[in-house]
Amino acid sequence: MTIWSYLTNAQTMEWLVTTLWLAAVPIVVGLAVALPIGWVASRYRWSYPPIVSIFGILYTIPSLVLFLVLPGILGTGILSPVNVAVALTVYTIALLARTVADGLSSVSQDTLAAAAAMGYTSRQRLLKVQLPLALPVIGAGLRVAAVSNVSLISVGSVIGVSQLGGLFVTGYVNSSVTPTIAGLIWFVVIALVFDAIVLLVVRSLTPWQRAVSAR
Amino acid sequence: MTLSLQAADDSLLPPLGRVGVWFNDPDNWTGPQGLLARIVEHLEYTAIVLVIAVLIALPLGLLIGHTGRGVVLAVGLANAFRAIPTLGLVILLVGWLRPLIEFKGAVPGLLQKGAFPFFVPVMIVLVLLALPPILTSTYAGVKNVDPAVRDAAKGMGMTGWQVVRKVEIPNALPLIASGIRSATLQVIATLTVAAYLPFLGGLGRFIKDGTGRLLDPRYGYPAMVAAGLTVALLAVAIDGLMNLVQRAVVSPGVSGRFSKKDRTAVTSSPTSVAQVVQE
Repeated sequence: MTIWSYLTNAQTMEWLVTTLWLAAVPIVVGLAVALPIGWVASRYRWSYPPIVSIFGILYTIPSLVLFLVLPGILGTGILSPVNVAVALTVYTIALLARTVADGLSSVSQDTLAAAAAMGYTSRQRLLKVQLPLALPVIGAGLRVAAVSNVSLISVGSVIGVSQLGGLFVTGYVNSSVTPTIAGLIWFVVIALVFDAIVLLVVRSLTPWQRAVSAR
Repeated sequence: MTLSLQAADDSLLPPLGRVGVWFNDPDNWTGPQGLLARIVEHLEYTAIVLVIAVLIALPLGLLIGHTGRGVVLAVGLANAFRAIPTLGLVILLVGWLRPLIEFKGAVPGLLQKGAFPFFVPVMIVLVLLALPPILTSTYAGVKNVDPAVRDAAKGMGMTGWQVVRKVEIPNALPLIASGIRSATLQVIATLTVAAYLPFLGGLGRFIKDGTGRLLDPRYGYPAMVAAGLTVALLAVAIDGLMNLVQRAVVSPGVSGRFSKKDRTAVTSSPTSVAQVVQE
Protein backbone atom coordinates (compact mmCIF):
# COMPACT_ATOMS: atom_id res chain seq x y z
CA MET A 1 0.00 0.00 0.00
CA THR A 2 1.15 3.52 -0.64
CA ILE A 3 1.60 6.13 2.05
CA TRP A 4 -1.51 7.91 0.78
CA SER A 5 -3.70 4.86 1.35
CA TYR A 6 -2.31 4.45 4.88
CA LEU A 7 -3.11 8.11 5.52
CA THR A 8 -6.67 7.84 4.31
CA ASN A 9 -8.00 4.28 4.54
CA ALA A 10 -11.13 3.46 6.54
CA GLN A 11 -9.24 2.05 9.53
CA THR A 12 -7.07 5.17 9.72
CA MET A 13 -10.14 7.42 9.59
CA GLU A 14 -11.69 5.48 12.46
CA TRP A 15 -8.46 5.84 14.48
CA LEU A 16 -8.28 9.51 13.53
CA VAL A 17 -11.70 10.20 15.06
CA THR A 18 -10.67 8.49 18.34
CA THR A 19 -7.36 10.35 18.38
CA LEU A 20 -8.97 13.76 17.80
CA TRP A 21 -11.44 13.03 20.57
CA LEU A 22 -8.59 11.94 22.88
CA ALA A 23 -6.70 15.14 22.08
CA ALA A 24 -9.66 17.50 22.53
CA VAL A 25 -11.53 16.26 25.60
CA PRO A 26 -8.58 16.24 28.07
CA ILE A 27 -7.61 19.79 27.12
CA VAL A 28 -11.11 21.18 27.64
CA VAL A 29 -11.89 19.21 30.81
CA GLY A 30 -8.35 19.73 32.15
CA LEU A 31 -8.59 23.50 31.71
CA ALA A 32 -12.04 23.60 33.34
CA VAL A 33 -10.70 21.76 36.41
CA ALA A 34 -7.35 23.59 36.54
CA LEU A 35 -8.92 27.08 36.56
CA PRO A 36 -10.54 26.85 40.03
CA ILE A 37 -7.53 24.96 41.45
CA GLY A 38 -5.14 27.59 40.10
CA TRP A 39 -7.40 30.33 41.42
CA VAL A 40 -7.33 28.84 44.93
CA ALA A 41 -3.52 28.59 44.76
CA SER A 42 -3.20 32.24 43.73
CA ARG A 43 -5.89 33.56 46.12
CA TYR A 44 -4.71 31.77 49.28
CA ARG A 45 -0.92 31.96 49.39
CA TRP A 46 -0.52 29.17 51.95
CA SER A 47 -2.11 26.72 49.52
CA TYR A 48 0.33 27.46 46.67
CA PRO A 49 3.30 25.25 47.72
CA PRO A 50 1.26 22.10 48.50
CA ILE A 51 -0.87 22.44 45.35
CA VAL A 52 2.18 22.97 43.12
CA SER A 53 4.11 20.03 44.60
CA ILE A 54 1.16 17.61 44.56
CA PHE A 55 0.53 18.31 40.88
CA GLY A 56 4.27 18.26 40.18
CA ILE A 57 4.39 14.67 41.47
CA LEU A 58 1.28 13.72 39.47
CA TYR A 59 3.10 14.89 36.35
CA THR A 60 6.02 12.51 37.00
CA ILE A 61 3.82 9.39 36.82
CA PRO A 62 4.64 7.70 33.50
CA SER A 63 1.68 7.77 31.13
CA LEU A 64 1.80 4.02 30.61
CA VAL A 65 1.36 3.48 34.36
CA LEU A 66 -1.73 5.67 34.46
CA PHE A 67 -3.17 3.89 31.40
CA LEU A 68 -2.76 0.62 33.31
CA VAL A 69 -3.86 1.61 36.81
CA LEU A 70 -6.93 3.62 35.80
CA PRO A 71 -9.01 0.63 34.60
CA GLY A 72 -8.54 -0.86 38.08
CA ILE A 73 -9.81 2.36 39.67
CA LEU A 74 -12.47 3.37 37.15
CA GLY A 75 -13.77 -0.12 36.39
CA THR A 76 -13.25 0.46 32.65
CA GLY A 77 -11.78 -2.17 30.33
CA ILE A 78 -8.00 -2.04 29.98
CA LEU A 79 -8.29 -1.24 26.27
CA SER A 80 -10.90 1.47 26.76
CA PRO A 81 -9.87 4.88 25.34
CA VAL A 82 -11.52 6.37 28.46
CA ASN A 83 -8.37 5.47 30.44
CA VAL A 84 -6.23 7.45 28.01
CA ALA A 85 -8.64 10.41 28.15
CA VAL A 86 -8.65 10.46 31.96
CA ALA A 87 -4.85 10.06 32.16
CA LEU A 88 -4.28 12.95 29.75
CA THR A 89 -6.79 15.06 31.68
CA VAL A 90 -4.77 14.43 34.85
CA TYR A 91 -1.59 15.60 33.08
CA THR A 92 -3.34 18.67 31.71
CA ILE A 93 -4.55 19.63 35.20
CA ALA A 94 -1.08 18.96 36.63
CA LEU A 95 0.53 21.26 34.05
CA LEU A 96 -2.10 23.98 34.08
CA ALA A 97 -2.88 24.35 37.82
CA ARG A 98 0.48 25.98 38.39
CA THR A 99 0.33 27.99 35.16
CA VAL A 100 -3.11 29.39 36.07
CA ALA A 101 -1.93 30.25 39.59
CA ASP A 102 1.19 31.99 38.28
CA GLY A 103 -0.78 33.77 35.56
CA LEU A 104 -3.38 35.11 37.97
CA SER A 105 -0.68 36.15 40.47
CA SER A 106 1.25 38.00 37.76
CA VAL A 107 -1.50 40.62 37.34
CA SER A 108 -0.23 43.78 39.01
CA GLN A 109 -1.74 44.93 42.30
CA ASP A 110 -2.11 48.47 40.88
CA THR A 111 -4.39 47.15 38.14
CA LEU A 112 -6.54 45.32 40.65
CA ALA A 113 -6.64 48.36 42.94
CA ALA A 114 -7.74 50.51 39.98
CA ALA A 115 -10.54 48.05 39.19
CA ALA A 116 -11.62 48.05 42.84
CA ALA A 117 -11.67 51.86 42.81
CA MET A 118 -13.90 51.80 39.72
CA GLY A 119 -16.43 49.84 41.76
CA TYR A 120 -15.76 46.28 40.54
CA THR A 121 -16.75 43.61 43.03
CA SER A 122 -14.10 40.97 43.76
CA ARG A 123 -15.94 38.52 41.49
CA GLN A 124 -16.02 41.04 38.64
CA ARG A 125 -12.35 41.82 39.21
CA LEU A 126 -11.50 38.14 38.80
CA LEU A 127 -13.62 37.50 35.71
CA LYS A 128 -13.24 40.84 33.89
CA VAL A 129 -9.74 41.96 34.83
CA GLN A 130 -7.53 39.28 36.35
CA LEU A 131 -8.51 36.31 34.18
CA PRO A 132 -8.28 38.16 30.82
CA LEU A 133 -4.88 39.61 31.76
CA ALA A 134 -3.62 36.14 32.74
CA LEU A 135 -4.79 34.62 29.45
CA PRO A 136 -1.47 34.86 27.56
CA VAL A 137 0.31 32.93 30.35
CA ILE A 138 -2.48 30.34 30.60
CA GLY A 139 -2.53 30.07 26.80
CA ALA A 140 1.22 29.32 26.71
CA GLY A 141 0.70 26.50 29.21
CA LEU A 142 -2.28 25.24 27.27
CA ARG A 143 -0.19 25.01 24.08
CA VAL A 144 2.44 22.91 25.85
CA ALA A 145 -0.25 20.65 27.32
CA ALA A 146 -2.08 20.26 23.99
CA VAL A 147 1.04 19.33 22.03
CA SER A 148 2.50 16.94 24.60
CA ASN A 149 -0.91 15.28 25.07
CA VAL A 150 -1.12 14.49 21.36
CA SER A 151 2.26 12.74 21.37
CA LEU A 152 1.34 10.82 24.55
CA ILE A 153 -1.78 9.36 22.96
CA SER A 154 0.28 6.96 20.85
CA VAL A 155 1.83 5.37 23.95
CA GLY A 156 -1.54 3.67 24.42
CA SER A 157 -0.59 1.38 21.52
CA VAL A 158 1.95 -0.41 23.72
CA ILE A 159 -0.96 -1.95 25.62
CA GLY A 160 -3.24 -2.00 22.57
CA VAL A 161 -5.63 0.95 22.90
CA SER A 162 -7.05 1.57 19.44
CA GLN A 163 -6.05 4.97 17.97
CA LEU A 164 -3.64 6.33 15.34
CA GLY A 165 -0.71 4.72 17.19
CA GLY A 166 -2.07 1.57 15.55
CA LEU A 167 -0.27 2.73 12.38
CA PHE A 168 3.04 2.34 14.27
CA VAL A 169 2.01 -1.18 15.30
CA THR A 170 1.12 -1.97 11.69
CA GLY A 171 4.50 -0.64 10.56
CA TYR A 172 6.31 -2.73 13.10
CA VAL A 173 4.39 -5.96 12.47
CA ASN A 174 4.68 -5.63 8.68
CA SER A 175 8.33 -4.48 8.85
CA SER A 176 7.42 -1.52 6.68
CA VAL A 177 8.19 2.12 7.38
CA THR A 178 5.31 3.38 5.22
CA PRO A 179 2.50 3.07 7.82
CA THR A 180 4.85 4.39 10.51
CA ILE A 181 5.57 7.51 8.46
CA ALA A 182 1.85 7.94 7.83
CA GLY A 183 1.26 7.75 11.59
CA LEU A 184 3.98 10.30 12.34
CA ILE A 185 2.51 12.65 9.73
CA TRP A 186 -0.96 12.42 11.29
CA PHE A 187 0.31 12.98 14.85
CA VAL A 188 2.41 15.99 13.90
CA VAL A 189 -0.47 17.47 11.87
CA ILE A 190 -2.87 17.00 14.80
CA ALA A 191 -0.38 18.57 17.21
CA LEU A 192 0.09 21.56 14.89
CA VAL A 193 -3.67 21.98 14.44
CA PHE A 194 -4.36 21.92 18.18
CA ASP A 195 -1.48 24.30 18.81
CA ALA A 196 -2.89 26.68 16.19
CA ILE A 197 -6.43 26.44 17.61
CA VAL A 198 -5.24 27.35 21.12
CA LEU A 199 -3.13 30.18 19.70
CA LEU A 200 -6.05 31.59 17.69
CA VAL A 201 -8.50 31.38 20.59
CA VAL A 202 -6.09 33.14 22.94
CA ARG A 203 -5.36 35.83 20.32
CA SER A 204 -9.03 36.50 19.67
CA LEU A 205 -9.67 36.79 23.42
CA THR A 206 -6.77 39.21 23.97
CA PRO A 207 -7.17 41.91 21.27
CA TRP A 208 -5.37 44.50 23.42
CA GLN A 209 -2.10 42.57 23.05
CA ARG A 210 -1.97 43.28 19.32
CA ALA A 211 -3.04 46.89 19.84
CA VAL A 212 -0.09 47.40 22.17
CA SER A 213 2.47 45.64 19.99
CA ALA A 214 1.27 47.51 16.88
CA ARG A 215 2.04 50.86 18.42
CA MET B 1 -0.50 -8.70 18.41
CA THR B 2 -3.39 -6.56 19.53
CA LEU B 3 -5.89 -9.00 18.06
CA SER B 4 -5.50 -11.53 20.88
CA LEU B 5 -6.15 -8.72 23.34
CA GLN B 6 -9.36 -7.59 21.75
CA ALA B 7 -10.68 -11.13 21.78
CA ALA B 8 -10.17 -11.37 25.54
CA ASP B 9 -12.93 -10.09 27.80
CA ASP B 10 -10.96 -7.57 29.79
CA SER B 11 -13.76 -7.04 32.29
CA LEU B 12 -12.35 -10.17 33.92
CA LEU B 13 -9.10 -8.42 34.88
CA PRO B 14 -7.55 -9.58 38.15
CA PRO B 15 -8.20 -7.05 40.93
CA LEU B 16 -5.58 -4.43 41.80
CA GLY B 17 -5.01 -6.30 45.08
CA ARG B 18 -3.16 -8.95 43.07
CA VAL B 19 -0.38 -6.38 42.61
CA GLY B 20 0.48 -6.73 46.31
CA VAL B 21 0.54 -10.51 45.95
CA TRP B 22 2.85 -10.15 42.97
CA PHE B 23 5.24 -7.88 44.89
CA ASN B 24 5.20 -10.37 47.78
CA ASP B 25 6.43 -13.31 45.72
CA PRO B 26 10.26 -13.49 45.93
CA ASP B 27 10.34 -15.37 42.62
CA ASN B 28 9.20 -12.18 40.89
CA TRP B 29 12.17 -10.26 42.28
CA THR B 30 15.17 -12.49 41.52
CA GLY B 31 16.69 -14.08 38.44
CA PRO B 32 17.53 -12.57 35.04
CA GLN B 33 13.81 -11.88 34.34
CA GLY B 34 13.16 -10.58 37.86
CA LEU B 35 12.24 -7.11 39.04
CA LEU B 36 15.71 -6.34 40.42
CA ALA B 37 17.49 -7.26 37.17
CA ARG B 38 14.97 -5.16 35.20
CA ILE B 39 15.50 -2.18 37.51
CA VAL B 40 19.28 -2.43 36.94
CA GLU B 41 18.73 -2.55 33.15
CA HIS B 42 16.34 0.39 33.34
CA LEU B 43 18.92 2.45 35.22
CA GLU B 44 21.75 1.40 32.88
CA TYR B 45 19.79 2.50 29.81
CA THR B 46 18.81 5.76 31.52
CA ALA B 47 22.42 6.53 32.47
CA ILE B 48 23.68 5.94 28.92
CA VAL B 49 21.00 8.24 27.46
CA LEU B 50 21.66 11.00 29.98
CA VAL B 51 25.45 10.97 29.59
CA ILE B 52 25.12 11.31 25.80
CA ALA B 53 22.38 13.96 26.07
CA VAL B 54 24.33 16.06 28.59
CA LEU B 55 27.52 15.83 26.50
CA ILE B 56 25.60 17.24 23.52
CA ALA B 57 23.13 19.66 25.10
CA LEU B 58 25.25 21.26 27.81
CA PRO B 59 27.99 22.74 25.57
CA LEU B 60 25.38 23.71 22.97
CA GLY B 61 23.19 25.42 25.60
CA LEU B 62 26.18 27.27 27.04
CA LEU B 63 27.20 28.42 23.55
CA ILE B 64 23.69 29.64 22.72
CA GLY B 65 23.26 31.35 26.09
CA HIS B 66 26.73 32.95 26.00
CA THR B 67 26.58 34.24 22.44
CA GLY B 68 22.81 34.78 22.25
CA ARG B 69 22.83 33.16 18.79
CA GLY B 70 20.63 30.31 17.63
CA VAL B 71 17.95 30.96 20.25
CA VAL B 72 15.03 30.78 17.82
CA LEU B 73 16.38 27.57 16.29
CA ALA B 74 16.93 25.90 19.68
CA VAL B 75 13.52 26.79 21.07
CA GLY B 76 11.81 25.88 17.80
CA LEU B 77 13.49 22.48 17.69
CA ALA B 78 12.61 21.86 21.33
CA ASN B 79 8.95 22.56 20.62
CA ALA B 80 8.95 20.47 17.45
CA PHE B 81 10.34 17.42 19.28
CA ARG B 82 7.55 17.62 21.80
CA ALA B 83 5.04 16.98 19.01
CA ILE B 84 6.68 13.79 17.70
CA PRO B 85 5.39 10.56 19.26
CA THR B 86 8.27 8.55 20.76
CA LEU B 87 6.89 5.16 19.84
CA GLY B 88 6.50 6.12 16.18
CA LEU B 89 10.02 7.49 15.98
CA VAL B 90 11.44 4.33 17.62
CA ILE B 91 9.66 2.08 15.14
CA LEU B 92 10.67 4.27 12.19
CA LEU B 93 14.36 4.24 13.19
CA VAL B 94 14.27 0.48 13.81
CA GLY B 95 12.95 0.08 10.28
CA TRP B 96 15.72 2.24 8.82
CA LEU B 97 18.75 1.45 10.97
CA ARG B 98 18.36 -2.21 11.91
CA PRO B 99 19.42 -3.55 8.50
CA LEU B 100 22.52 -1.30 8.58
CA ILE B 101 23.86 -2.44 11.96
CA GLU B 102 26.30 -5.32 11.55
CA PHE B 103 27.10 -5.96 15.23
CA LYS B 104 24.64 -8.46 16.66
CA GLY B 105 26.67 -9.87 19.55
CA ALA B 106 26.03 -9.55 23.27
CA VAL B 107 27.31 -6.78 25.53
CA PRO B 108 28.05 -8.42 28.91
CA GLY B 109 25.95 -6.98 31.73
CA LEU B 110 23.93 -4.80 29.37
CA LEU B 111 22.58 -6.46 26.23
CA GLN B 112 21.82 -10.00 25.19
CA LYS B 113 22.76 -11.44 21.82
CA GLY B 114 20.85 -9.80 18.96
CA ALA B 115 19.72 -6.79 21.01
CA PHE B 116 22.17 -4.23 19.63
CA PRO B 117 20.34 -3.38 16.35
CA PHE B 118 17.24 -2.56 18.42
CA PHE B 119 19.15 -0.84 21.22
CA VAL B 120 20.72 1.85 19.02
CA PRO B 121 17.45 3.29 17.61
CA VAL B 122 15.89 3.39 21.11
CA MET B 123 18.93 5.23 22.49
CA ILE B 124 18.85 7.76 19.63
CA VAL B 125 15.16 8.55 20.22
CA LEU B 126 15.59 8.87 23.99
CA VAL B 127 18.60 11.16 23.55
CA LEU B 128 16.49 13.32 21.21
CA LEU B 129 13.84 13.37 23.95
CA ALA B 130 16.34 14.33 26.67
CA LEU B 131 18.07 17.08 24.67
CA PRO B 132 15.40 19.84 24.68
CA PRO B 133 14.91 20.19 28.47
CA ILE B 134 18.68 20.27 29.09
CA LEU B 135 19.35 22.60 26.16
CA THR B 136 16.60 25.11 26.97
CA SER B 137 17.27 25.19 30.71
CA THR B 138 21.01 25.67 30.15
CA TYR B 139 20.37 28.44 27.69
CA ALA B 140 17.75 30.05 29.94
CA GLY B 141 20.04 29.74 32.97
CA VAL B 142 22.93 31.46 31.22
CA LYS B 143 20.65 34.11 29.75
CA ASN B 144 19.19 34.88 33.18
CA VAL B 145 22.60 35.66 34.69
CA ASP B 146 22.54 39.32 35.77
CA PRO B 147 24.31 41.34 33.03
CA ALA B 148 25.96 43.43 35.75
CA VAL B 149 27.62 40.31 37.15
CA ARG B 150 28.85 39.37 33.69
CA ASP B 151 30.15 42.89 33.05
CA ALA B 152 31.93 42.87 36.40
CA ALA B 153 33.63 39.58 35.45
CA LYS B 154 34.73 41.08 32.13
CA GLY B 155 35.86 44.23 33.90
CA MET B 156 38.09 42.09 36.10
CA GLY B 157 39.83 40.96 32.91
CA MET B 158 38.27 37.51 32.51
CA THR B 159 38.34 35.98 29.04
CA GLY B 160 35.12 34.73 27.44
CA TRP B 161 35.85 31.16 28.47
CA GLN B 162 36.62 32.24 32.04
CA VAL B 163 33.30 34.09 32.22
CA VAL B 164 31.51 30.92 31.10
CA ARG B 165 33.38 28.67 33.53
CA LYS B 166 33.58 30.86 36.63
CA VAL B 167 30.47 33.02 36.38
CA GLU B 168 27.83 31.73 33.99
CA ILE B 169 27.96 28.00 34.84
CA PRO B 170 27.87 28.44 38.64
CA ASN B 171 25.04 30.96 38.41
CA ALA B 172 23.05 28.92 35.91
CA LEU B 173 23.57 25.66 37.80
CA PRO B 174 20.19 25.53 39.58
CA LEU B 175 18.36 25.84 36.24
CA ILE B 176 20.76 23.48 34.44
CA ALA B 177 20.21 20.93 37.20
CA SER B 178 16.44 21.22 36.98
CA GLY B 179 16.68 20.70 33.21
CA ILE B 180 18.74 17.53 33.69
CA ARG B 181 16.31 16.34 36.36
CA SER B 182 13.30 16.84 34.14
CA ALA B 183 15.11 15.04 31.28
CA THR B 184 15.88 12.17 33.66
CA LEU B 185 12.24 11.84 34.72
CA GLN B 186 11.15 11.83 31.10
CA VAL B 187 13.70 9.19 30.10
CA ILE B 188 12.86 6.89 33.03
CA ALA B 189 9.17 7.13 32.17
CA THR B 190 9.54 6.77 28.41
CA LEU B 191 12.05 3.92 28.50
CA THR B 192 9.11 1.57 29.05
CA VAL B 193 8.42 2.02 25.33
CA ALA B 194 11.74 0.25 24.54
CA ALA B 195 10.20 -3.06 25.60
CA TYR B 196 7.98 -2.85 22.55
CA LEU B 197 11.03 -4.22 20.71
CA PRO B 198 12.39 -7.75 21.22
CA PHE B 199 15.62 -8.54 23.17
CA LEU B 200 15.53 -5.26 25.12
CA GLY B 201 15.09 -5.19 28.87
CA GLY B 202 14.07 -2.57 31.38
CA LEU B 203 10.86 -2.40 33.38
CA GLY B 204 8.73 -2.07 30.27
CA ARG B 205 9.36 -5.79 29.64
CA PHE B 206 6.75 -6.71 32.27
CA ILE B 207 4.24 -4.32 30.69
CA LYS B 208 4.71 -5.54 27.12
CA ASP B 209 4.88 -9.23 28.02
CA GLY B 210 1.93 -8.79 30.39
CA THR B 211 -0.36 -7.70 27.54
CA GLY B 212 -0.11 -11.25 26.14
CA ARG B 213 -1.20 -12.78 29.47
CA LEU B 214 -3.62 -10.11 30.58
CA LEU B 215 -6.00 -12.40 32.46
CA ASP B 216 -3.32 -14.51 34.17
CA PRO B 217 -3.72 -13.52 37.85
CA ARG B 218 -0.16 -14.68 38.59
CA TYR B 219 1.57 -12.62 35.91
CA GLY B 220 -0.34 -10.49 33.34
CA TYR B 221 -2.13 -7.49 34.77
CA PRO B 222 -0.57 -7.56 38.29
CA ALA B 223 2.94 -7.65 36.77
CA MET B 224 2.10 -4.76 34.43
CA VAL B 225 0.82 -2.54 37.23
CA ALA B 226 3.65 -3.57 39.57
CA ALA B 227 6.26 -2.66 36.94
CA GLY B 228 4.46 0.62 36.26
CA LEU B 229 4.44 1.55 39.93
CA THR B 230 8.12 0.62 40.15
CA VAL B 231 8.86 3.02 37.30
CA ALA B 232 7.03 5.82 39.12
CA LEU B 233 8.80 5.08 42.43
CA LEU B 234 12.14 4.87 40.61
CA ALA B 235 11.49 8.27 39.03
CA VAL B 236 10.67 9.87 42.38
CA ALA B 237 13.67 8.20 44.10
CA ILE B 238 16.14 9.26 41.41
CA ASP B 239 14.73 12.80 41.43
CA GLY B 240 15.21 12.95 45.20
CA LEU B 241 18.76 11.71 44.83
CA MET B 242 19.51 14.31 42.16
CA ASN B 243 18.02 16.97 44.42
CA LEU B 244 20.63 16.05 47.06
CA VAL B 245 23.42 16.18 44.48
CA GLN B 246 22.13 19.55 43.29
CA ARG B 247 22.18 20.93 46.83
CA ALA B 248 25.77 19.73 47.25
CA VAL B 249 26.96 21.12 43.92
CA VAL B 250 25.23 24.50 43.70
CA SER B 251 27.11 27.27 45.51
CA PRO B 252 25.25 28.38 48.67
CA GLY B 253 25.63 31.97 47.45
CA VAL B 254 23.60 31.11 44.35
CA SER B 255 21.05 28.73 45.88
CA GLY B 256 20.22 31.32 48.55
CA ARG B 257 20.48 28.77 51.31
CA PHE B 258 22.17 31.45 53.41
CA SER B 259 19.41 34.00 53.03
CA LYS B 260 15.86 32.87 53.63
CA LYS B 261 14.45 35.45 51.24
CA ASP B 262 15.52 33.86 47.96
CA ARG B 263 14.85 30.27 48.89
CA THR B 264 11.68 29.89 46.83
CA ALA B 265 13.43 31.18 43.74
CA VAL B 266 15.65 28.11 43.42
CA THR B 267 13.61 25.11 44.52
CA SER B 268 12.63 23.37 41.35
CA SER B 269 9.89 20.94 40.46
CA PRO B 270 9.19 19.23 37.16
CA THR B 271 6.53 21.75 36.26
CA SER B 272 8.89 24.66 36.82
CA VAL B 273 10.92 23.25 33.95
CA ALA B 274 7.82 23.15 31.80
CA GLN B 275 7.60 26.84 32.52
CA VAL B 276 11.18 27.36 31.37
CA VAL B 277 10.58 25.40 28.19
CA GLN B 278 7.69 27.64 27.26
CA GLU B 279 10.00 30.61 26.76
